[in-house]
Amino acid sequence: MKRQIPLALVILFGWLMLALYFIPLEGAQKINENLLDWTAIIGIFALALGIWSLISVNVDKIQYKKRDWPYSIVTLFGLFAMIVFGLKFGGADSMFQGQESYMFRHFFDDILIPIFSTMFSLLAFFIASAAYRAFRARSALATILLVGAIIVMIRFFPFIAEYTRPVADWIINVPNLAAKRAIWMGVGLGIVATGLKVILGIERSYLGRD
Amino acid sequence: MNYYTEKITRALLPANATALLVALLLACATLNVSAQESVVEEDAVGSALVAPVGVSSVTASDAPNDAGRAVVVTFVPAPVPQSEDQALTLSYEIHRALSQDGPWKKVGAMPSDTTAIMTFKDAGGRDTTSSDYFPTETDLYYRVRSMTVDTALFAESEIAGPVQGIGQWWNSGRSPVFWFVLFFTILTLVFLNVARKRGDSLYIRPLAGIDAVDEAIGRATEMGKPILYVLGLGTASDIATIASFTILGRVSRKVAEYQTDVIVPCYDPIVFTIAQETVRSGYMDAGRPDAYRDEQVYFVTQAQFAYVAAVNGTILRERPATNIYLGKFFAESLILAETGAIAGSIQIAGTDEIAQLPFFVVACDYTLIGEELYAASAYLGREPLLLGALKAQDYAKAVIVVLAIIGVIMTSMGYEWFAEAFKVVG
Repeated sequence: MKRQIPLALVILFGWLMLALYFIPLEGAQKINENLLDWTAIIGIFALALGIWSLISVNVDKIQYKKRDWPYSIVTLFGLFAMIVFGLKFGGADSMFQGQESYMFRHFFDDILIPIFSTMFSLLAFFIASAAYRAFRARSALATILLVGAIIVMIRFFPFIAEYTRPVADWIINVPNLAAKRAIWMGVGLGIVATGLKVILGIERSYLGRD
Repeated sequence: MNYYTEKITRALLPANATALLVALLLACATLNVSAQESVVEEDAVGSALVAPVGVSSVTASDAPNDAGRAVVVTFVPAPVPQSEDQALTLSYEIHRALSQDGPWKKVGAMPSDTTAIMTFKDAGGRDTTSSDYFPTETDLYYRVRSMTVDTALFAESEIAGPVQGIGQWWNSGRSPVFWFVLFFTILTLVFLNVARKRGDSLYIRPLAGIDAVDEAIGRATEMGKPILYVLGLGTASDIATIASFTILGRVSRKVAEYQTDVIVPCYDPIVFTIAQETVRSGYMDAGRPDAYRDEQVYFVTQAQFAYVAAVNGTILRERPATNIYLGKFFAESLILAETGAIAGSIQIAGTDEIAQLPFFVVACDYTLIGEELYAASAYLGREPLLLGALKAQDYAKAVIVVLAIIGVIMTSMGYEWFAEAFKVVG
């Protein structure tokens, strides 16, 4: 039963959602919207489970002084600080103004955003190191890749752009796009096939064990 | 161009020299230069030009393939003015009413165009308190007003209607999708039947990335280090994530058999709960439920770069023998994969996000490209039913390639109806 009821629900709602895609009638669209709202509601409950997981894993690390346990203190401090500063109660003088409170905005704008930006900026350096590995001309194919990449990279370079740009545009719009479309086609079919396997009840791995 | 410029100039300035003279005399005669003069001037404008010819052949019909909250209005635009006294039409206002006698409500406007039949879609919502409300299954009337530079000078069309917005039971614009799904379902069922009869003898081409999974788990066991499994940033409704769950189930079973460890940091809370259940099931399938610990699968955060920072930290501290990235990935793909490369891990990646594939190809040892990710579950399990679905997928792809070639030839020969038959609208 643990597996059959969820499977029946998946099959029922899978076919229902597929049918609703073809029915523009207002009642059908209302059902569709309601079902999608339920996804968000389930997500909220799952978020509670997720936060509980985060707390229990980190408390466990601190309790048993596992390796790098001080980081867990920082994690839990960040979690609870943002929850507390994000609360909203009291009057206009209260420090608890929800997302408008000074501390909440300060933590978010002055600490979190710069950290995110730092992480994102690492990408530039990683692109350089990855490109170095990819563009080593070890074989004929790697050499073609290298030459193609150089042409595409210098397509806006002053003085030579008028020569390189047509070639670069051709590389991007013809062989590159052809390969992309082939992958898209495969992905599209794969999505339909996997979706069908799920709503036909063939693919059940997401349900766990009997 | 000159014609229109002249018409506009005529409309803006007094009609003739006499009118100008009268206006100037009136202005000089009174000290109080007031709005009254403007009225006189505007009156002069109004009396100088006659209303344009209105639009013709106004029709209103129910918009197809919708919930009944739209009507399509078409009309033939007003002809170019034939005399200099006739005002130039600058725009069209579309009005709607519940009866022929009004009251009329302006529901849209369009710039003037004299080249083609014009089409306006009057669409709205179901909220009765909103100004956007559109009554369904109610008699509606439409008229088109040809507007000139002088708001008091316009021409109205005949009234079209009554027409009702009626909801449809079937979106015919999406029929090609329906026929394809039907064809593909039949094909899948046929191959499922074939697979049941032939067992696991159906041939599928080798996938190096999946072949490497067992090898990578063995390596982790030998090194005594864990395996890191990243499900990406997708939600549980993403097909790539669903495919990844299947592979996670196989990996966790192998991991349990080999008595090594798997770490699964999760980005999405729903994905986390499913991943936890999947890994637990894998350990149970391997007969080692006692070896499973809840902290192996944990939720990190729903902030993209905070998640990346956490996973990168895990990679650099734990130094996993193998990193497996399967699912939906975005800007974080290269940051994760390069960090894994720095840590010296064997890396297997797979995603259906085409923009991220080059990053994985460059930084990982094995990459599952697009649909290979979906095929991996069938390949790993060798279950006849899954293999049958995979075969159906391959044949459907072959059919699409043949149809694409026929479409190119037919369109090149001028038979565009063939390509149009596959067009999805709405």
